[in-house]
Amino acid sequence: MSEDDDEYGAYQALAGDDDDHRWAFGTGFTDPLQGVDTTVPPGVDGPSLATYCLMLGDDALIYSHRLQQWATRAPELEEETALANVALDLLGQARMLLARAGRADGSGRDEDELAFLRGEAEFRNVRLVERPDADFAELAGRLLVFSTWRLALLGALAASRDPVLAAIAAKSVKELTYHRDYAAQWVVRLGDGTDVSHARITAGLAAVWPLVDELFTPHPIELGLAGTAADVRALRGEFDTVLDAVLAAATLDRPQAVPLAGLGGRTGRDGLHTENLGYVLAEMQSVARAHPGATW
Amino acid sequence: MNGTAGVRSDWPLFEVFLRSKRGLNHVHVGSLHAADPQMALHHARDLYTRRNEGVSIWVVPATEITASSPDEKDPFFAPSGDKVYRHPTFYEIPDDVPHM
Repeated sequence: MSEDDDEYGAYQALAGDDDDHRWAFGTGFTDPLQGVDTTVPPGVDGPSLATYCLMLGDDALIYSHRLQQWATRAPELEEETALANVALDLLGQARMLLARAGRADGSGRDEDELAFLRGEAEFRNVRLVERPDADFAELAGRLLVFSTWRLALLGALAASRDPVLAAIAAKSVKELTYHRDYAAQWVVRLGDGTDVSHARITAGLAAVWPLVDELFTPHPIELGLAGTAADVRALRGEFDTVLDAVLAAATLDRPQAVPLAGLGGRTGRDGLHTENLGYVLAEMQSVARAHPGATW
Repeated sequence: MNGTAGVRSDWPLFEVFLRSKRGLNHVHVGSLHAADPQMALHHARDLYTRRNEGVSIWVVPATEITASSPDEKDPFFAPSGDKVYRHPTFYEIPDDVPHM
């Protein structure tokens, strides 16, 4: 289709009031935390709240990094942008949650300090997010599992007693709804596609399934924050309903897998990780550690 | 589900139209590849609304668009070039008539 001579004018029409018409910037950007009271609510234990924010923030941070690793490796340019968008949404959630953690524990650490200067055992993410993806099918399967779980989790947190957590959750729910839809469509396409794609998504879901039970096993910190934190045990019903519907449309069976064991009852939420996390941190933190305090 | 019979190695082209928050009409912004219309909507959202540009998306298979040819430019468009009387410039537009 031939391009209109007036393409520049078309972009101006999209750009709105902004005086800078060099790019088709949108308008009406908002700050999700504007006007939200950031003091820790009375009756909520600050250090516990901080640890809980680290858990949710680390989930988003580490998974965002794994998704970023698909940049330049995705099968189609359009999918690459889609995955980068998902990664950026999660990075935004991580920034707000880590910043909340640094304020709630009274240390005043900012999100960069918490992301780049903590060791492996200090990360509180679930082990599902550390894994590298074997292929695009495993990526789709894992993204479906993660976004379905996290959407249910942050949906519950929209009613949290901590107004900052509630505001972050309200913003994130919209993002996660799209992530889940994107992943679900791909799982259906692959499962109900060719013999090859069916076999790949079957293998991908089987690979991540041992890490699913950990998502619904509450940590003592979460149980101690009733009303502020969500009870992950209550999310399993929604998760199963969504997964069953997607798997049925994809002509896939629910994987059967033995949950990945912890060590002495400790799992990702306690700082116990698989060997995969070390590689993520090495890549993610090396520049920040080599040039402390550098800005650009 | 079946084997790989009839599988295409490339995805068809879709044209993307966006309407901005204050825009009245959908505007052509570009094109993309997708396997089906639903995927095309997702791709359009991911490629063309990342900077908060739009509130509504149309995607159309490029093969479904019938376009005028550059060769027909003169017979198509030149005849209207000297008919200035078709523009409503000879009377006052009332203040409360928008979008003229």
